[in-house]
Amino acid sequence: MSFLTLDHVSHHYFSKKNFTKALDDITFSIKEGEFVALLGPSGCGKSTILSIIAGIIEHTAGEIYVNDQPLQQAELDIGYMLQQDYLFPWKSIIDNVLIGPKISHDQSEETKKNAVDLLNQVGLSGITEDYPDSLSGGMRQRVALVRTLITNPKILLLDEPFSALDYQTRLKLEDLVWELLGLYSKTSILVTHDIGEAIAMSDRILLMDANPGSIAKTFEVPVELRNEKPFLVRRHPKYQILFDKIWEKLNKNEANSLQHEVVESPNET
Amino acid sequence: MKHESDHQLFENYQRNLKREKKFVLVLQLIILVSFFGFWELASSMYWIDPLIFSSPSEIYSVLLDKFSDGSMLTHLQVTLFETVLGFLIGTILGIIMATVLWSSERLSNIMDPYLVVMNAMPKVALGPIIIVAIGPGYLSIITMGAIISVVITTLVVYSAFREVDPNYVKVLKSFKASRGQIFKEAVFPATIPAMISTLKVNVGLSWVGVVVGEFLVSNEGLGYLIVYGFQVFDFSLVMSSLILISIFAAVMYKIIERIETFLIKHTK
Ligand SMILES: Nc1ncnc2c1ncn2[C@@H]1O[C@H](COP(=O)(O)OP(=O)(O)O)[C@@H](O)[C@H]1O
Ligand SMILES: [Mg+2]
Repeated sequence: MSFLTLDHVSHHYFSKKNFTKALDDITFSIKEGEFVALLGPSGCGKSTILSIIAGIIEHTAGEIYVNDQPLQQAELDIGYMLQQDYLFPWKSIIDNVLIGPKISHDQSEETKKNAVDLLNQVGLSGITEDYPDSLSGGMRQRVALVRTLITNPKILLLDEPFSALDYQTRLKLEDLVWELLGLYSKTSILVTHDIGEAIAMSDRILLMDANPGSIAKTFEVPVELRNEKPFLVRRHPKYQILFDKIWEKLNKNEANSLQHEVVESPNET
Repeated sequence: MKHESDHQLFENYQRNLKREKKFVLVLQLIILVSFFGFWELASSMYWIDPLIFSSPSEIYSVLLDKFSDGSMLTHLQVTLFETVLGFLIGTILGIIMATVLWSSERLSNIMDPYLVVMNAMPKVALGPIIIVAIGPGYLSIITMGAIISVVITTLVVYSAFREVDPNYVKVLKSFKASRGQIFKEAVFPATIPAMISTLKVNVGLSWVGVVVGEFLVSNEGLGYLIVYGFQVFDFSLVMSSLILISIFAAVMYKIIERIETFLIKHTK
């Protein structure tokens, strides 16, 4: 049984004079505990999909089901990680981590203890009373990860969470996030435009097309790669094979869409 | 080449910094002393009319007189009280109004043209109406001090509320925060620096409102002393009041700057 299903979901952004069709007929489902990557060029609607699943924006067509219930009634607990950490600079680290529980009026000692334990687990001990501005980018993103996990969400939405980090930090954090999410067997959707990252971290890759955003092709990541740490996946022989396949498909899509433009442009105006 | 240790280099740097600071201070003092010195000289030599432009020694003796008989202290207290209260009421009311506007997009669209007109209107022109409506006394003067800053505070703070990074809101929404919680946890604290910079503007505005109010109606306060001095042609009194107003307006501004550095430590 699938945990989350998007059934012919479309989304339009409206403005006074214009509208953008950001998503066109998106259909896919995710099983419980699965790690899916949404891969595609920037502007193809990846963030829009996450915002819709998070209930932050409402899709304009189609249905979304959580355990076969419509999303609106399902009260899905989500964890959302953004490109940047968006820690609140005026709150201490511990208060930042505890913002989710605070909003749901859970101020128990146990939650606080969990927060400190989780911080220790991601290698951040003794900084609970510090402020975000004294931390490095990688440390801040780890705090953001803890903030996301502390509410024990059913599904994690990761919107290019590593793209603002330098390469070395990024590789380390990929491993950490992958291990932690595996440990708690979290269902996760990772948005990225980095082919390598998608292969290294996920079980399945949904390759997206732009204008309007749609799913071009699904790639299953070989089992041998799924159970390896991201860092080791990148050295696996099968990694390169899948990388090349995706690369080829991406380029073909791009060429197609260029051709479209050439054909269509005389008809415009 | 001279070889200096890191520590020595740092000490040199600090010494230069201190020297520069001292130099600036000395020049500032020289300007101050020569300004008053020249004023005194010009007045005593009748290069300027001492009846109109007074002189530092005259002002000093007026201040000494009025402070020793206690009357100046009363005037000063009255004006300070009115200004501080007008400033606080104007600012707080402005922030509350901005919050109300933020709570409903539709309301803010409806109110928009009225706010623009009210902001463009010179508030001191309302003085006579306020005095007639509220009655001559502290209350109208405090109202003047408040009304002059309330609309601009509303507009500035409201636009600051709207400029808060939507990603903070996104984070809170992912935790299913209500609109009130979003305001309390993200929008309001993120806007504190903007609010403090309106405080700095409002301090000056409230002095304007209160002094004009006292011009119009009062029989107490520094604004009253200026008008009174003008009517009896005692320009030493006018100048004394002016100097007191400048000093205390500057002190209030400095206090706000202190509050700013204290509050802004962790909001950037
Ligand atoms: N708030 C918005 N208003 C109007 N258009 C938007 C908005 N957010 C995104 N879009 C448009 O929708 C498309 C998809 O955006 P997005 O989901 O952010 O893509 P991605 O995350 O893949 O880069 C883009 O063309 C973008 O310009
Ligand atoms: Mg995006």
